[in-house]
Amino acid sequence: MLLGKILKGDHGGKVFLLILLAVMIAVPILNALSPDHPLYLSTYTVTLLGKYLTYALLAIAVDLVWGYLGILSLGHAAFFALGGYAMGMYLMRQIGDRGVYGNPVLPDFMVFLNWPKLPWFWYGFDHFWFAALMVLLVPGLLAFVFGWLAFRSRVTGVYLSIITQALTYALMLAFFRNEMGFGGNNGLTDFKDILGFSLQSDGTRIALFIASGLALGFGYLACRALVKSRLGRVAVAIRDTEDRVRFIGYRVEHLKLAVFTFSAMLAGLAGALYVPQVGIINPGEFAPLNSIEVVIWVAMGGRATLYGAVLGAISVNYAKTWFTGAFPETWLFALGSLFVLVTLLLPRGIVGLWRRREGE
Amino acid sequence: MVRGIQKLLRSGRVFDFVAPNAAKDLDLSRGTVLYMEDVSVSFDGFKAINNLNFYVNAGELRCLIGPNGAGKTTMMDIITGKTRPDTGTCWFGTRLNLLEMDEPEIAQAGIGRKFQKPTVFEHHSVFENLELAIAGPKGVWQTLRASLTPLQAERIDEVLELIGLSDEFQRMAGALSHGQKQWLEIGMLLMQNPLLLLVDEPAAGMTHQEMDRTVELLTSLAGDHSIVVVEHDMDFVRALNSRVTVLHQGSVLAEGSMDQVQNNPKVVEVYLGE
Repeated sequence: MLLGKILKGDHGGKVFLLILLAVMIAVPILNALSPDHPLYLSTYTVTLLGKYLTYALLAIAVDLVWGYLGILSLGHAAFFALGGYAMGMYLMRQIGDRGVYGNPVLPDFMVFLNWPKLPWFWYGFDHFWFAALMVLLVPGLLAFVFGWLAFRSRVTGVYLSIITQALTYALMLAFFRNEMGFGGNNGLTDFKDILGFSLQSDGTRIALFIASGLALGFGYLACRALVKSRLGRVAVAIRDTEDRVRFIGYRVEHLKLAVFTFSAMLAGLAGALYVPQVGIINPGEFAPLNSIEVVIWVAMGGRATLYGAVLGAISVNYAKTWFTGAFPETWLFALGSLFVLVTLLLPRGIVGLWRRREGE
Repeated sequence: MVRGIQKLLRSGRVFDFVAPNAAKDLDLSRGTVLYMEDVSVSFDGFKAINNLNFYVNAGELRCLIGPNGAGKTTMMDIITGKTRPDTGTCWFGTRLNLLEMDEPEIAQAGIGRKFQKPTVFEHHSVFENLELAIAGPKGVWQTLRASLTPLQAERIDEVLELIGLSDEFQRMAGALSHGQKQWLEIGMLLMQNPLLLLVDEPAAGMTHQEMDRTVELLTSLAGDHSIVVVEHDMDFVRALNSRVTVLHQGSVLAEGSMDQVQNNPKVVEVYLGE
């Protein structure tokens, strides 16, 4: 009943959720077929799909703040990476004494750097529940502090976008340093298992894929519920005319802060599901270009629709996988020209094609 | 019979809406809603407001005229908390010091402001525009959980009727005509049950018929609300038939009825005579 209320009038969302459900059922079945079967889906492909789903969740988080709140965040990959690092730290502690140096407590890179003991900020990450909490809290806290400062000083538009870029760039530089205690340049990798299950096994891979699908589905529903609430309508009003909202008595900075923080937590969750599937997290994830790419996904799919962000994230990343395989040199040119074409010809993104026909 | 019951229900209900939220904090025993005394503000050495003294009585309709750069909009900025004056005091009733409050607080306290350029939420329907402006708690959590009560829906219908947009309630605000946007914005102010309405150039871009309706609307609102209208169109000001304050170089040059003001030699010199 609640589901029906949230999805009322959201045809695109219903279609998207049905497809997602079908994929989540079909993929494990196809993966279980014998490798000779024509429909067999390799575990590699399953993991690739799982990765796309986490990207889609990140895209939804960006669409929420950009499409509905009008904040063009060019730093959302930072929240994604922080969630990823929190998960990575848990996975590092799970390695235990199976590392190259066989130290039961210290991860390899710390032994290599001659660190005598675990830094305080690694405490607790041997517990999954603690890491899971940090996956949400760390990006959430950063977004809260950053947003509190930025929104209170009424930084908006291009200036806000630039400082979000600066934020992710600064984090990248910081995480590159070995002294930070997050593995420096190499980041965190060589994970063995999660919750006691081997990360290499097909079953774990399928479970991670399904977890990513569930996170995406529930993330979508949460965002849709938010967007449909009065808070969502006020968010759109802030996007269109911030002053009017302020002068009818809303504390614009508080509303922005709440939505921005929620969005950062979703991005963190996406990052946490991404890391065990790709098997590595390093400072490159903070690269400013990554955040810009997310914005391109959303723009291509169609902003302020949520499911458009999913469509954009998956189609661009599929194209990327294909292109970087077929013509590795030209991928960035292809992405750039795709973006220009979509902006010129489809200002409302791919979903704008049929939304226009619906007369919305 | 049914009518009678409806009317009874209405009159019983109207109470909590007509009595604005802030009325309990507001002491209007002296009959004055707004006090501005010795207010000055300068931007980069330019004195936009210069020793301004300005009072608005409860239920009064007041017109504010003056040449461009006289400080009319700056004055509204000060009242609504957008600009802080360098010196002077600004009180809402006798208890609320406006200089210690920010824009949302002032709006919640009961001062509504219509911008010079009609500003509505273009991607929301007329109905939603009014809904978002409803008086009441506007915190994050309350807004997330908010749903429309029947009372509030009725209040929206009432305001829709008042501003003449009942038939347009489903239309996107962006699709309204310029004049209709002006009314919608006034309607949004009314949803907050303000005590004081600051209306910046309500007649700009309106046809004569629309202007007549606006005059009607504003005069009907006076009494329940105090209204300050800033306007350039002298016919419109004359039609409002209210006290007029002339602002010049950031201070009050003259005050009185339109006829008095128009015959004031100082005013003729700086403004009407040019």
